Amino acid sequence: MATTVTTAQHVGPFAEAAAVPRRPRRRNIGRGLTVLLFMAPWILGFLGLVLYPMLSSLYFSFTKYSLLEDPIWIGTQNYSFMFTKDPFFWLAFRNTVWIILVGVPLRVMFGIFTAWLLTLPRAGSKTYRTLYFLPTMAPPAAAALAFVLIFNPGFGPINQILQSFGMKNPPLWFYGPNSSKWGLAILGLWGVGDAMIIFLAGLLDVPRHLYEAADIEGATGRQKFRFVTLPMISPVIFFSLVIGVIYGFQLFTQAYVASLAATGSTVNDAASNLGAPQGSLLFYSIYLFQQGFQDFRMGYASALAWILFLITMLCTLVIIRGSRRWVHYQGGGGFR
Amino acid sequence: MRRWVGVLATFALLAAACTTGGGDDAPSVIDTGGDASHEPVVLEIWGAWTGRELEQFNKIFDGFTEQYPWITVESKGGVGDPKILAAINSGTAPDVVLSFTLDSVGQFCESGAWQDLNPYIEQSDFDVSQFPPSVEAYTSFADSRCAFPFLTDAYGLYYNTDMFDEAGISEPPTTLTELQEDAKKLTEFNGDGSIKRAGFVPWLGYYEFSIPNLANIFGATWYNDDVTESAVATDPLWKAAFEWQHEFIADVYGDGDFQTGADRLERFVAGAGDEFSTAHDMYTERIAMNLDGEWRTAFIADEEPNLPYSTAPFPLPDDQADEYGRGQIGGTIIGMPKGSPHPAEAWLLLQFMATDTDTLVYMANNVRNVPTTLEALESPDLDVTPQFQTFLDIFEDPNSHYKEPSAIGASDQNIVQAFASRWEVGKQTDLDAGLADAAQQIDDQLAQAAI
Repeated sequence: MATTVTTAQHVGPFAEAAAVPRRPRRRNIGRGLTVLLFMAPWILGFLGLVLYPMLSSLYFSFTKYSLLEDPIWIGTQNYSFMFTKDPFFWLAFRNTVWIILVGVPLRVMFGIFTAWLLTLPRAGSKTYRTLYFLPTMAPPAAAALAFVLIFNPGFGPINQILQSFGMKNPPLWFYGPNSSKWGLAILGLWGVGDAMIIFLAGLLDVPRHLYEAADIEGATGRQKFRFVTLPMISPVIFFSLVIGVIYGFQLFTQAYVASLAATGSTVNDAASNLGAPQGSLLFYSIYLFQQGFQDFRMGYASALAWILFLITMLCTLVIIRGSRRWVHYQGGGGFR
Repeated sequence: MRRWVGVLATFALLAAACTTGGGDDAPSVIDTGGDASHEPVVLEIWGAWTGRELEQFNKIFDGFTEQYPWITVESKGGVGDPKILAAINSGTAPDVVLSFTLDSVGQFCESGAWQDLNPYIEQSDFDVSQFPPSVEAYTSFADSRCAFPFLTDAYGLYYNTDMFDEAGISEPPTTLTELQEDAKKLTEFNGDGSIKRAGFVPWLGYYEFSIPNLANIFGATWYNDDVTESAVATDPLWKAAFEWQHEFIADVYGDGDFQTGADRLERFVAGAGDEFSTAHDMYTERIAMNLDGEWRTAFIADEEPNLPYSTAPFPLPDDQADEYGRGQIGGTIIGMPKGSPHPAEAWLLLQFMATDTDTLVYMANNVRNVPTTLEALESPDLDVTPQFQTFLDIFEDPNSHYKEPSAIGASDQNIVQAFASRWEVGKQTDLDAGLADAAQQIDDQLAQAAI
């Protein structure tokens, strides 16, 4: 049997709201338009600069599109070619996964370590913080070039130092396929200032009384770090991890510059030397760039971009889902 | 319904009337006679020149404006192919374009992004025999001649004459066997077995020693006749080229053992000086011989003028010794993009740039590239040193050529390079399988491009 609910029948928390007389419809529309007007710059920007390009690239990913001719619909052929006939896709994917699996944890650990060091000095801490943060300010291309020179096996100071310590065959760094990615990882550690600064904030934010309580319980330094510090800064670690993975998938400038500089290539002959030495520095974003802007395969590059987007999103979701087990928020909140 | 048809027809007519020249329109004749009156026209040319070379390049248009006073040329430098293609795509193309990426000719011609110049050539009775025959191969594809050459590069052998004298070598090598023998005499090792001075470095990626150059030395073909299948696995010259590389490395650097030689050479190459600086290995005497382009003569004059060196065509396989004198050629190209706003005037500029002897000689003398017409090659105003003359001769050699263009740009080179990178360090040992795999990948790319 249908029940007729009148305003007078509302009870509980809704009663007051229900009792408020409704605004005139015209006034509501006017208010909505005002809100829309204020949001218009963002909405227009989103529609024109995000949604439209994304939808366009999604469409292009199902076409043969060279920038030179109109797109031709080819269904899923770009995707099937990518997974079944393109060894460079897998090479770029493997290299990218390597730098994420090795580079991101290294950066997180080094960032925590550096931040912890910076909590120690009682005097001049601001100077140290500035010094450690400075490398982050260096343009990535310039930093990569400098690293290629510093790590040059022939005349770079690093290998000369290693040789002076008796190492007979020091690594070839950016010039050898087995060591080039390690060179990039070290470059990432050098520019750890951005991660370090948020770890520092996290470390300084750990309540002192927790350490005092641990002291009373007789906890060792290692136990305090394991059971107090790490849980308390776990939201920062989680943030660094997510950002690191996303940036890892998008790694471009440093690898591109290092690869070209190490092979002595100009931008004009970059096409045939991309990813050198021996494809070890061919990362996903570089391959995508090469396909789109050097080989003019915009449709295929769009497909690569969408796969990159999906993989990045999947990885981020996995990390977020997994974070429920190890990330602790002081207020009990977090990702759900 | 009839009313709508009428509206559509009117719209179509208006659209046709409003369309500017260019695109697929038939070329219009332009009267260049002295009494003809001409509306002022501003032509835009986009290209990749930058810095000092751009300044020198921009000066050539004074001569053009002198010849065609009603046309002004605005040159925009530092513009690469992607930007040019984006402009073509959006209907804002310049009148004339210039590109350094010879490997894209196939894509430019086939897609029509660069217009076929054949109708213009026919209408103007333009004499294409002004260019050496080898030029056509790298400026045309799929029955479309969409580019003209504007200077070119030629590759040959540079060698240190003092080192040759010390080693008792009187003549540059003309065959690969001689190259190997000379390299062995010229190579020196350190006490720990590492290479102190390399006679010649056949390492892909070492300066200009690239896959296209290696293929060119052996005369290996990239495709079948109609460019539908890769010839990398079927042309035996590819196999010969890679086997020669292994044998050379084993003999000269590895005491007969390839892996030893490859390990030594990899470490040696890693310490190479920058190609475009005074640290170049030729200057620092780390190497005795090198494969390089003609522009190196200008760099040496500028950066290391006292270097005792000479040049020669690059040695060839013993069974091809009768073709000695040829080499890889190919360089800057110019063309008319689709949608060029002033095609008739653009055609005048293209002809001027491609064939005006004074212009080509001026550019050749300043940027030290090879001029691209037969007349310019013989010009008495050309500033020719004995070392530079070698490259003029290589360019004129009828057997000199660039790799065949294709619809997949530089992808074929990337694929073979990827295989070669594994091969030259000893990671890939099955040559036949590696070449077959590379050929299959190229065929896959061709199939994808042909959709």
